[in-house]
Amino acid sequence: MSYIGSSVKRVEDKRFITGQGRYTDDIVLPQMTYACMVRSPHAHAEIVSVDISHAEKMDGVVKIFTGKDTDAAGIGGVPCGWQVDFKNGDTMKEPPHPLLVSDKARHAGDAVAMVIAETYAQAKDAAEMVMVEYNVLPAVTNAKAARADGAPQVHADVPNNLAFDWELGNPRAEVDAAIAGAHHVTTLEFINQRVICNAIEPRSAIGHFDTAYDKYTLYTSTQNPHLIRLLLCAFVLGLPEHKVRVVGPDVGGGFGSKIFHYTEEALVIWGSNQIKRPIKWTAERRESFMTDAAGRDHITTAKMAFDKDGNVLALTADTFANMGAYLSTFAPAVPTYLHGTLLQGLYTTPLINVSVDAVFTNTTAVDAYRGAGRPEATYLLERLMDTAALEMGRDPAELRLQNFIEPFDGVEQEGYMTQVALQYDSGNYAPVLKRGLEMVGYEQFRADQKAAEGSGKLLGIGFSTYIEACGIAPSAVVGALGARAGLFESAQVQVHPTGKVSVYSGSHSHGQGHETTFAQVVADKMGVPIEDVEIIHGDSDAVAFGMGTYGSRSLAVGGSAIVKSIEKVLEKGAKIAAHLLEASVDDLDYAEGKWTVRGTDKSVAFGDVSLTAYVPHNYPEGLEPGLDFSSFYDPANFTYPFGCHICIVEIDKETGAVKIKRFIAVDDVGNVINPMIVDGQIHGGLAQGIGQAFCEGAIYDESGQLINGTYMDYVMPRADDLPSFEVDRTVTPCPHNPLGVKGAGEAGCIGSTPAVVNAVMDALKGYGIHDVEMPITSQKVWNIIHRS
Amino acid sequence: MKVPVSITVNGKQYDKMVEPRMLLVYFLREELALTGTHIGCDTSSCGACTVHLDGKALKSCSMLAVQASGKSVTTIEGMANGDNLHPLQEGFHMEHGLQCGFCTPGMIMCAADMLKNNPNPTEEEIRHGLEGNFCRCTGYHNIVKSIQYAANKMQETA
Repeated sequence: MSYIGSSVKRVEDKRFITGQGRYTDDIVLPQMTYACMVRSPHAHAEIVSVDISHAEKMDGVVKIFTGKDTDAAGIGGVPCGWQVDFKNGDTMKEPPHPLLVSDKARHAGDAVAMVIAETYAQAKDAAEMVMVEYNVLPAVTNAKAARADGAPQVHADVPNNLAFDWELGNPRAEVDAAIAGAHHVTTLEFINQRVICNAIEPRSAIGHFDTAYDKYTLYTSTQNPHLIRLLLCAFVLGLPEHKVRVVGPDVGGGFGSKIFHYTEEALVIWGSNQIKRPIKWTAERRESFMTDAAGRDHITTAKMAFDKDGNVLALTADTFANMGAYLSTFAPAVPTYLHGTLLQGLYTTPLINVSVDAVFTNTTAVDAYRGAGRPEATYLLERLMDTAALEMGRDPAELRLQNFIEPFDGVEQEGYMTQVALQYDSGNYAPVLKRGLEMVGYEQFRADQKAAEGSGKLLGIGFSTYIEACGIAPSAVVGALGARAGLFESAQVQVHPTGKVSVYSGSHSHGQGHETTFAQVVADKMGVPIEDVEIIHGDSDAVAFGMGTYGSRSLAVGGSAIVKSIEKVLEKGAKIAAHLLEASVDDLDYAEGKWTVRGTDKSVAFGDVSLTAYVPHNYPEGLEPGLDFSSFYDPANFTYPFGCHICIVEIDKETGAVKIKRFIAVDDVGNVINPMIVDGQIHGGLAQGIGQAFCEGAIYDESGQLINGTYMDYVMPRADDLPSFEVDRTVTPCPHNPLGVKGAGEAGCIGSTPAVVNAVMDALKGYGIHDVEMPITSQKVWNIIHRS
Repeated sequence: MKVPVSITVNGKQYDKMVEPRMLLVYFLREELALTGTHIGCDTSSCGACTVHLDGKALKSCSMLAVQASGKSVTTIEGMANGDNLHPLQEGFHMEHGLQCGFCTPGMIMCAADMLKNNPNPTEEEIRHGLEGNFCRCTGYHNIVKSIQYAANKMQETA
């Protein structure tokens, strides 16, 4: 049978549905101790003194470390993994991010001390007895405000809190001139608010220094164990990489927030060597809110200019991007190369200029959150497009269709070169919108909308047609853009003597279902039963190297590395088969698990070849024994999924309550290995994107406190806030990877947010407004309706 | 100072000495190493720690172990009968009702109580019944289908 393209049920489910998943906090090691962090309650405060004398005497306390200890050990802090230079060529400002701060806390939650005790309860008791004297300073949390003269300085050596500024696209004067002469210009100033990733598993890390082997093991809730090992060894603690094992066991969701190297990971590893015992730290949810890198947080002014026929002429976008108090691992890339480069969208816009100020504030660091820059780009473009349609009296679907880039497959026709550095691989954009219109019954909806006028309800429809850049790669390109890491992937395919197959992948699954999807690919390509394939990931001692999972890259990059290794296995297998069959390799065909001499019934099975490879008595001369290959795959380009999301909302005029009546998503993620899993990825992304539109958003008060930093206060979508989704897809294969796949992890979250806001704006179009700030609460809607 | 508790978990009685402040969820995870019950928050909002106490769904972070003394607890580890999965476990597998798996035990325990009280719920009733449990992966779409699958299966075999 063909596994590729079929909805194979997940092999990883069994352990999760029976309570046998093994997440970091589930792991208990002999002699293990527990850490509790003492965190600054102030967003910006000098540390005058830290007194641990009372805490040290508490029951069960093993050791307390403060910033003075990490300073004395010469630990510089966690590094940033992406460098963006100022417009004038200067290197970005990159102040250190200490493991424990000794001079100044720069956001509420900055760690001042680590208390280690025999139990977590004892560590927490003692942490409360660590006496820290603070000199509280004024704080700034808003990126635009932080740029102003006289604003609080987060870092003494970063004037006006500017980490870097950045620009991309056509010369600004040229774009401005086109806008000045245009028939119509739509301008929006908006806030793409800060959201918290909120994987349901809080971050956790166990550091274990094994004195018998002089070897460190870090268990951590991470999306990329090998990258954590590299950063830990090469940049933070100066450890020998071959003496450090990093394990990302079962991980309870990531959504970006578990890509990054966090201070606690380095602390438990370093501390474990100091006390010669394992240390476990697990975040309480309130700590997750204070320390997990957050997402979005852009303040943007954008203009889109049109000629009299509705053709887009030019686009500018100027953004203040909040970096938080420190530069997180990939933070500089998010508002720049993952945002500015996507502003071509699906449209033929001939002139584009984008500029970004990346700004330090007294808030938790901001980094990649599902979509990372691409949701912000899509929000900007798609809000402008619907607003322009409204202002020009055009139909929003027609206006998009008119401006779409023509189809190109990347084979017969070249990839599409944008004005903002990227070259799209393949695209056929009109069909996703047309299919969406068909599914929603567009004409009927407009009739229903009209019929509802004068009733107590308002109906609205919102569109969003998006593109994203996935499979973040190739290395040379991302290196030129500032990445301090290569972005390839590796995989080892190990055939056992009995013909069973172990595959070691550098990708990491934390819900994506790699153990199933990758096995489908292997089973199909190798012609073996899927039960004979095991996918191993997440342990740097088992998997030789890896770059991890983020940016919808696992299948496009990691899957391609597996395919490369399979090709090597089959090539060597054919030599062994030819020897056994006394035939030439050129005369053999491989299908359904056996090599056959073409035109005969002479064949040899895969299992006989694998056994021969390890019992090489009758064997080709000069050929090495064994059937085991590793590969590194560095792709030719990003991949470019795209799609159309349509939202229908119903607003109760009396209460302002907004209900999503329908949500339609037509996505093109290239070839699909497992439709069930792709649909699931889309569903989850939609919920997060809709969540940002409707209910999510971090709120800081003037002193820099996150005032909705618990699940009681931060509103995320629950089951009864969402409809069942209507999803479909078109298939435009990626032309440059062997599976033709593009990636599906982020699509739902990228396209959905503007569709929701556009739907609300469509419903409220009689009220003379052009924008409403997210999250769109009933109160905001009620105010619009009742105060107009 | 520790105090004695006697709690029956998945049919087996455990007598332990615990701190009076120990929450039931820590008792299950740390004293009994039943780590299928998860902790996702500190405000009783996420539902990842849902178990059954004397047959009723309960967030095990909202009760002290001492309060559960003398009572009977069922956790996710007690839902299957040997190799025979509970219809909800089967439903979550068949309908792809889980991704990272972290919220799944709580979802299954919550849904089991829901189906006991309402064997044939509508989609709206299912969604309402799940409002105490967060999932960040699935958008709830396939969780609803998983529970419908189980409801159908349980009615067929009833």
